[in-house]
Amino acid sequence: MSEVLRAEAVTRVLPGPLPVTLVRDATLSIGRGEFVCIQGPSGSGKSSLLYLLGLLDVPTSGKIWLDAVDTSGFGEDELAQVRLEKLGFVFQFHFLLAEFTALENVMLPMTRLGRLPAAEQRARAKMLLADLGMGEHLDKRPDQLSGGQRQRVAIARAMANEPLVILADEPTGNLDTTSSANVKQIMSEMVHGRNKTIIAVTHDPEFARAGDRIIRIVDGRIVSDG
Amino acid sequence: MTLELRIALTHLTSRKRQTVMSLLGIALGVAFFMAVSSLMRGSERDFIKRLIDSAPHITISDEVRSPPQPPVVSFYPGGAVALRGLKPRTETRGIRGYKQKLAWIAAQRGVRVAPVLSGQAILTFAGKEQGITLNGIVPQLMQGVSDIDEKIVAGSLDAVASNPNGIIIGRGLARKLYLDMGDNVTVSSPIGQVRSMKIVGLFETGTTAIDEGHGYVLLKRAQALFGRMDRANRLVIQLDDPYAAPQLAAAIEARIGYRSESWQEASQNLMSVLLIRNIIMYSVVSAILVVASFGIFNVISTVVMEKQRDVAILKSIGFHARDVQRIFLAEGVLIGAVGSMLGVGLGYGLIAILGVVKIQPPGMTDAINLPVYWGLDQLALAALFAVGSATIAAYLPARKAGRVYPVDILRGGMA
Repeated sequence: MSEVLRAEAVTRVLPGPLPVTLVRDATLSIGRGEFVCIQGPSGSGKSSLLYLLGLLDVPTSGKIWLDAVDTSGFGEDELAQVRLEKLGFVFQFHFLLAEFTALENVMLPMTRLGRLPAAEQRARAKMLLADLGMGEHLDKRPDQLSGGQRQRVAIARAMANEPLVILADEPTGNLDTTSSANVKQIMSEMVHGRNKTIIAVTHDPEFARAGDRIIRIVDGRIVSDG
Repeated sequence: MTLELRIALTHLTSRKRQTVMSLLGIALGVAFFMAVSSLMRGSERDFIKRLIDSAPHITISDEVRSPPQPPVVSFYPGGAVALRGLKPRTETRGIRGYKQKLAWIAAQRGVRVAPVLSGQAILTFAGKEQGITLNGIVPQLMQGVSDIDEKIVAGSLDAVASNPNGIIIGRGLARKLYLDMGDNVTVSSPIGQVRSMKIVGLFETGTTAIDEGHGYVLLKRAQALFGRMDRANRLVIQLDDPYAAPQLAAAIEARIGYRSESWQEASQNLMSVLLIRNIIMYSVVSAILVVASFGIFNVISTVVMEKQRDVAILKSIGFHARDVQRIFLAEGVLIGAVGSMLGVGLGYGLIAILGVVKIQPPGMTDAINLPVYWGLDQLALAALFAVGSATIAAYLPARKAGRVYPVDILRGGMA
């Protein structure tokens, strides 16, 4: 299994009068097609680690390689471009644009990337939504959708630009049992059916069981990986 | 439509009331800008038109700008030359060889020229004396360069030509000395020449100083009265294109040597006043737009605060800081552009209303419409200023939005 993401001695300290260490000396490697779950108590640094791996945050020390490229010297714009082309995000609170329809939300990353003509963007967004069972809700705005439906739109958006890695922060944290099971099934299918790499932070033991590997983190430090 | 513009539109339409108020602010600012500018420019053009119509476009006088240098000074330029007891040659005042000069000027295209010899004289009638400026003219030529013909209320300018002892005076002077058409008056010049002249015309300009203090006689008669035969002390010129006056005046002065003054140079002080008036006017009306742009600043700042979560989403997806900035800048430009369009319509409406308002200025007998200017340049200036100030107002919040660190928002969850 080829390596897609690697972190080496990554530490993130929030500066201030009383500096707070969010992630401490984290080293890990993630292979293509892996479904990795990050677990740990509240405030242990799970989301912080995810944001670092997703290049949303920059480590205070250490290095992160994505697709064999060292991202440590990258500026804000370069990191944004890498996120656009190679990463997809799913958050606990779906984070869809309220004024846009489901279809438009999914088209957003493709439009920004601008590699596909508008008609192809639309067709691909429709296909992604249809694959996730949202074919009937293309023109609905987020406030017209249920929590589970919104999360499926968020997953479709995360997949829009065919990312190397999808990073999910508590994707089922705000869903009922049925919707959680549905999202878990979708993600599992993405890894095993489409060979996608998923890194998900979760409190949900059921969801974690769907993963190939669980990384446990306590007080910002990785305590187990396997 | 670009993605940034679409997002900007959704932001503005989601805050309809504030957006409409900002649009109104800009629209009213642009409308007032145009209305005030139209009035100011209209009155300025009206004033200049009156100036151009009533005064010579170029006046050549019997003076030189700088006195001629003695040959020794020209021979030793920069040298320490001192001349004592120098006495200028005594000669009859006036433009020498004015007829040749007149002929040369008259040969220029789009030019009408007339000679004038003016001097002080005393008018005596029934034991009353009144000092006046007596102007010697050639009536046929004067008609081409002056509107005096239109100001004559009794008799005619041609009557001076047919009667060498005829004089035309202002109605104010006639009233003052109890004179009327056909009366004879005595005219005395400073060199002691005395002539009895017959009133063959009366004029009324509306300006007291002229109506009570000027008289017109035949040029030859004035030359005899002032003892300046074959001289004129002014050549007055009227042009087809009054705005070409400075260039032609310079060319004439270079050619004939006498001081040649365009109407712009002669009215320099008035022009300065007009310039200052314009600066004040544009400062005041621009202030309206600046105040309106504070409204835009408020709206976009509020949108930025409210849409921080959206900004975080866009940045996590891969939008660059400049993409986010462009969204909020576009909001300012949109408000500025749409507000300007509304303002232009409103502004033209206001100008149309102002254009039918009638006023009666002091000293005028007829009511006139407020002079308004319909030029497109003031529209462009107002719209440009409105869009510019709206963009500047949007810049600060847009820059703030571009600096949003997505992790700070994402950590806050639903915040």
